[in-house]
Amino acid sequence: MRADRVSETIEAPDEAAEKAGSSAAAILGAALTFIGLVALWELLVHAFNIPAWLLPAPSAIILALAEWRDELVRHSLVTLYETLLGFALAIVISIPLAVAVVHSPILRNTIYPILLAFQSVPKVAIAPLLTLWIGFGMLPKIVVVFLVCFFPIVVATATGLSAVPEPLMELIRSLSASTTQTFIKVRFPTAMPHIFVGLKIAITFAVIGAVIGEFVGSEDGLGYLILVSTSQSRTPLAFASLVLLTAMSIVLYYGIAFIERIAVPWAPRG
Amino acid sequence: MGGPGTAPRLRLPRNVSVMDKIRIEALDKTYASKHGRITALAQVDLTIRHNEFVTLVGPSGCGKSTLLKLIGALIRPSRGVLLYDGAVLTRPPRDVGIVFQEPVLLQWRNVLDNVLLPAEILGLDKAKAKTRAMHLLDLVGLSGFERRFPRELSGGMQQRVSICRALIHNPSVLLMDEPFAALDAMTREELGFELMRIWDTDKKTVIFVTHNITEAILLADRVVAMSPRPGRIAKIVDVGLPRPRTIGMEFSPQFKSCSDQIRAVIYHGEKADMR
Repeated sequence: MRADRVSETIEAPDEAAEKAGSSAAAILGAALTFIGLVALWELLVHAFNIPAWLLPAPSAIILALAEWRDELVRHSLVTLYETLLGFALAIVISIPLAVAVVHSPILRNTIYPILLAFQSVPKVAIAPLLTLWIGFGMLPKIVVVFLVCFFPIVVATATGLSAVPEPLMELIRSLSASTTQTFIKVRFPTAMPHIFVGLKIAITFAVIGAVIGEFVGSEDGLGYLILVSTSQSRTPLAFASLVLLTAMSIVLYYGIAFIERIAVPWAPRG
Repeated sequence: MGGPGTAPRLRLPRNVSVMDKIRIEALDKTYASKHGRITALAQVDLTIRHNEFVTLVGPSGCGKSTLLKLIGALIRPSRGVLLYDGAVLTRPPRDVGIVFQEPVLLQWRNVLDNVLLPAEILGLDKAKAKTRAMHLLDLVGLSGFERRFPRELSGGMQQRVSICRALIHNPSVLLMDEPFAALDAMTREELGFELMRIWDTDKKTVIFVTHNITEAILLADRVVAMSPRPGRIAKIVDVGLPRPRTIGMEFSPQFKSCSDQIRAVIYHGEKADMR
């Protein structure tokens, strides 16, 4: 009976209002499920008397968030700074490189395969070497972030720049457009939705990259805080850091999605 | 003469006429493929006069689109001569407009800015180009839609925009590659008559590729019927119907005679395709 109703809603041709209604229902459903799971977690921790150093209850995590407020903010800002700097560096280097690769068949045949091969190197494995080479400061973390963000942006940009429909390229050629005109008027706008796909993938990797860098060797950042608090059995603090990392990831992702909406209003939305 | 790598040798044809817009002699086009060289066009001879409306009709693989691209200098002949205004083409001529099967409009530009794209690339006077764009959009019944975006328009309207874009720089030649093939039958007919109306008021040399024989005859001064494997010109039919053309002409003896001649040659040795 229930299933019947659902399928009816999906097949109903009456569109916009119902679509909005069902997406609001979906959000509400997800929120309720989330709250239910957190409540269950709280309940189970108390019911089975699980010690806080093993698995803190959600209430304990909230308390830790409040208690370590200043520390958490300071370390969050470090991680955020590393993430954003590495991400920005990746954008600044990836996009021109993608332009070069698309523009030049020689580069496409020489640099591009090497890039593809390099992507197979696990970045976690490089992190200790980076510490060896450039020390314990913020720089090695920024480099790790850069390394994990770089590739998705290059590939997405190169794909997007090459995604101009063939007839459109012929039209442009029939007008003897210059390379610059072709890039500015056609290739870049065509690539924009693709570039944003790459940026959204990259930003989720970026936070992970920063944490990896901090795990390997650091004196601050949320990754460092997780490492230190778990080693001292202050598990609620580790969880509090985790909550902030997750929140940071989500906010950054939706920040990019928001910029996309403004910059690329013609992009298809899934 | 003219193996791979040799430039097509310029041999001035006899009796070049000022009336000839495009003159093609003994033209071959071959492509390299996995299975050796494929001949897309063989021994094509064709002269297209100034302001003539010519349709190229034939089944898939007869090289009609290839011939169109050769005339637009988007590709080069493997052998033979192609004269445009009496000269060999080394780069795409500036005064050519192109319309494809798909409208391929820029999704991020509104209708007016889409039409203006060629004018921008060619560096034409902005104010004049805008006036002309508005005039063209009015001509195809799209005034009031200047600020709309492509995704807000039907397929037929989008194709009208792409025709305006092809005409914005007032080209003397209009190349159309199955421009109405993706449209429904009614819109297709409507656009065909619209195109003839535009051509009547503002004469151009039109080369129109189609696989629809009715469309080919109704639009054209001359129909170039092509056959495949290798692509070549099978017959050139003078339509001879008076202008302006009307839908009723489809049932005239003259129309039937043209269509019979065309069908006879393009399906020669092929299983007739009941389109």
